[in-house]
Amino acid sequence: MKTSFDLKSSLHESRLFLSRSITLIIFVLILFVALIARLTYLQIETHEKYSDLAQNNRVKLSVINPVRGLIFDVHGRVLAENNPSYSLELVPEQVDDINLTIKKLSALLPISENDITLFEKRRKQLKRFASIPLRKRLNDTEAAIFSANRHLFPGVDIQARPLRHYPYPELTSHVVGYVGAINEKELKTIDPVNYRGSRFIGKTGVEKTYESELHGFVGYQQTENTAQGRSLKVLSHTPPLSGSNLTLNLDIELQKIAYNMLGDYTGTIAAIDTRTGAVRALVSKPGFNANLFAKGIDTVSYKALQTSTKKPLFNRALRGQYPPGSTLKPFFGLAGLEYNTIQPNEKINCPGFYRLPKQEHKYRDWKRGGHGMMNLHDSIVQSCDVYFYTLAHRLKIDRMHSFLSRFGFGQKTGLDINGEKGGLLPSREWKRRARNQAWHPGETLIAGIGQGFNLTTPLQLAHATAILANRGTAFEPSLLARIDSTLIKPMPTLPVELNNNSHWDIVLNAMYDVVNGARGTARRIKEGAPYKIAGKTGTAQVFSIKQDGKYDEENVLEHLKDHALFISFAPAKDPQLAIAVIVENGGHGGSVAAPIARAMFDQYITTSP
Amino acid sequence: MISSFQHTQNRSHYHQRKVGLLQRLHIDITLLILLICLSSIGILILLSAGHEDIGLLQRQVTRLGIAFLAMLVVAQIPPHILKMFAPWLFILGTILLLGVLFVGDMGKGAQRWLDLGFFRFQPSELLKLATPMAIAWYLAERRLPPRLKHIGFATVFIAIPTVLIAKQPDLGTAILIASSGIAVLFLAGISWKLITGVIAATAGLAPVLWSFMKEYQQQRVLTFLNPENDPLGAGYHIIQSKIAIGSGGIYGKGWMHGSQARLEFLPESSTDFIFAVFSEEFGLIGCIMLLTIYLLIFIRSIYIAIQAQDTFSRLLAGSLSLTFFVYLFVNVGMVTGILPVVGVPLPLVSYGGTSMVTLLIGFGILMSIHTHRKLLSS
Repeated sequence: MKTSFDLKSSLHESRLFLSRSITLIIFVLILFVALIARLTYLQIETHEKYSDLAQNNRVKLSVINPVRGLIFDVHGRVLAENNPSYSLELVPEQVDDINLTIKKLSALLPISENDITLFEKRRKQLKRFASIPLRKRLNDTEAAIFSANRHLFPGVDIQARPLRHYPYPELTSHVVGYVGAINEKELKTIDPVNYRGSRFIGKTGVEKTYESELHGFVGYQQTENTAQGRSLKVLSHTPPLSGSNLTLNLDIELQKIAYNMLGDYTGTIAAIDTRTGAVRALVSKPGFNANLFAKGIDTVSYKALQTSTKKPLFNRALRGQYPPGSTLKPFFGLAGLEYNTIQPNEKINCPGFYRLPKQEHKYRDWKRGGHGMMNLHDSIVQSCDVYFYTLAHRLKIDRMHSFLSRFGFGQKTGLDINGEKGGLLPSREWKRRARNQAWHPGETLIAGIGQGFNLTTPLQLAHATAILANRGTAFEPSLLARIDSTLIKPMPTLPVELNNNSHWDIVLNAMYDVVNGARGTARRIKEGAPYKIAGKTGTAQVFSIKQDGKYDEENVLEHLKDHALFISFAPAKDPQLAIAVIVENGGHGGSVAAPIARAMFDQYITTSP
Repeated sequence: MISSFQHTQNRSHYHQRKVGLLQRLHIDITLLILLICLSSIGILILLSAGHEDIGLLQRQVTRLGIAFLAMLVVAQIPPHILKMFAPWLFILGTILLLGVLFVGDMGKGAQRWLDLGFFRFQPSELLKLATPMAIAWYLAERRLPPRLKHIGFATVFIAIPTVLIAKQPDLGTAILIASSGIAVLFLAGISWKLITGVIAATAGLAPVLWSFMKEYQQQRVLTFLNPENDPLGAGYHIIQSKIAIGSGGIYGKGWMHGSQARLEFLPESSTDFIFAVFSEEFGLIGCIMLLTIYLLIFIRSIYIAIQAQDTFSRLLAGSLSLTFFVYLFVNVGMVTGILPVVGVPLPLVSYGGTSMVTLLIGFGILMSIHTHRKLLSS
């Protein structure tokens, strides 16, 4: 069966195989020589070094944790610090009678059964010369009591370990955030070398976003140990690199006023310095005690926070999306002027309702009898709905969308901490994409008074107000002012340029009269202010009223009451600060939300240089 | 090198003629002696590394006995029978591997074991032999050097067990299996153009892959490649191992006198890092002697491959020889700190049973190939 060709090919094959085998042998010889060379290097060249290391009673490496960076407010007040947490530790080798010692210690300090069980458990795992914690988190008095009696307890001592502490735990619980124990999921994404000794990691807010800056770099210490492993002296020391200290733009005094002024209401406030984009206050109320998380929160407290109806864990300032209501009217007014769909002095009659051509449905004004003849200025000052229904009908939704997106609505503001929501600025295209539905003309009308699909975060409102106040130029909102001594430069946003700059004056004058005019919806807050505020009130419906129903303020359930909103900036002629206030179920913007802004301006404008 | 070749060749002919019994028992005496030498050294060093734990030693001797027995049994099976079973063993092994992934036991944090009720079994061990066997079977059926299409299929056959085992994760075994398959391809004569092309493409692709990795992933790769970055984690082994080896010097500290291992500074001293114990106690001279025994075993094995009479036997024998040496190189490389720590034992010396049985069955195959030849030429 075999042909000569097969024989030939078989001969060719074995030749090929032989040459390949020889290549392999050469390859293996090279590897062999490499190993011998490496061994020669280790055992002759560096023999002395390693011999010393082996001789010197072995070397023990231990990790030294970096100190987490501190967080300050803009005036240098500490918002997050590291406090020593004292724990009572015991070295079994140095204690004669452990049970007796524990008994004597219990007479001095409260030591629970649980503490003793944990101690016994650790004792079995660790060597006799290791220091084992017996009682954790001693308070100052307890630490002092023990210190006074230390001489009675050889082998027992107090060890200090840093614990994150927030001096304003409720005020900054969302914006600064908190650290907590590293969990399974985080374990997979952190650098295992740098976090070798770390127990905590930033979980939310600034603590999370700037984790890598705050954490620092781990250090090591080589100690010479006895054969039993007791450390004798330090051989080498690679110091850890502390985390950077962060200075925020936040003004904690302003934050405190905002938080306190909200009183028992649930709500959220954002305040931005219009000159730099610096976020001076970012409030979400209720907050929670961030120190609980830093210590390690127990399940009962955590469950209570999670199930509370006021949702204290929810960061309203970044993630709360609210219907903006009438606070959008100045923006739509500007859009109407820019697209030339209304004239500055054109008057529109407000009979208290609006009807689309050939339709029965009545779109109501908040004022039952109507406002009568209104021009743009008056309609902003008195917040006339019918005027803006008419304006929206002329503008159409897509022009409303494109004009307002220039003010940052419907997109994230770019604040430098994680988790911001983008709100919703509806358009024909959005509705087709998200809902697969056609746009109805009626939806344009209610969008025109900031209801319907419109959703904004307080931060977006404050940012848009800053753009308005500055006549188009503004900066991205930012929380971080400095990393150590390095200043963070403000980032300008794309300026909003109008065809006719006098349009700014018309709208800004109207906002000025909202507070300072005789019929303004927020006129109550102008009393006694040494500067002038400009603003716009808003009242956002939480639920819809029936066609001919009446919103009965007295009898509506608390959680169905309207949200009160107020956007504002001051001083009106030379703006410094823009504020957006949202008070959940607060009722009218003018009466509930506006006074909060006034108190904040008082603090900021009188103290700011 | 050449003289040692002729020497072994002469000796084996000598044994074939004079000791007919060994031929009939299908034993290659050269290999047998070298292997016995090596495992005896292993037992000696285990006594020191295992802190004179007699129980440990007994278990190791029992396993060695079983492994040598398995070797002799396999040596009785003629190569053409092995060839017949090759694809089926490969398929069986792959199915078992999949089984491990879904219902496997977690041992030491990695999914490697399959519990068959009466005994526990590591399918990756089966594939250490089944993969080169299957590739050799596949290529032996075709004309050599293989065509691009066949190389492509063979690569897929190698990749399947490699990826499955790397996923367990058992990187060490995955590397060994991949190299056993690649060795078959190389011996079958794939062109140098292709080889350099693949190497160049890999070198070119690495930076691209790197740029797609997240920062923490890059950090992990760096720590893997240079464990000394992490002196309290992966780097601890290496630092301690280097202290042990370096302090051994030229002559060593003497048997049972290595302080590093004795004082428990060296982790895994009786398993993956046993070479460090040996180096500390026997020094550079001992190391060279030990490595030379490994080299001699390799040379005897590749000689058997060259002498083999059919393509399947040649390819398989060549691959088994190379894998044996790669085994050694990866282990010593990682213990001396020139390769990353992947968890490969020192062949026939490290404590642990399964890999020893597989290795000696491999040598059983080599013996079978050598002793089932039909003496045509001489």
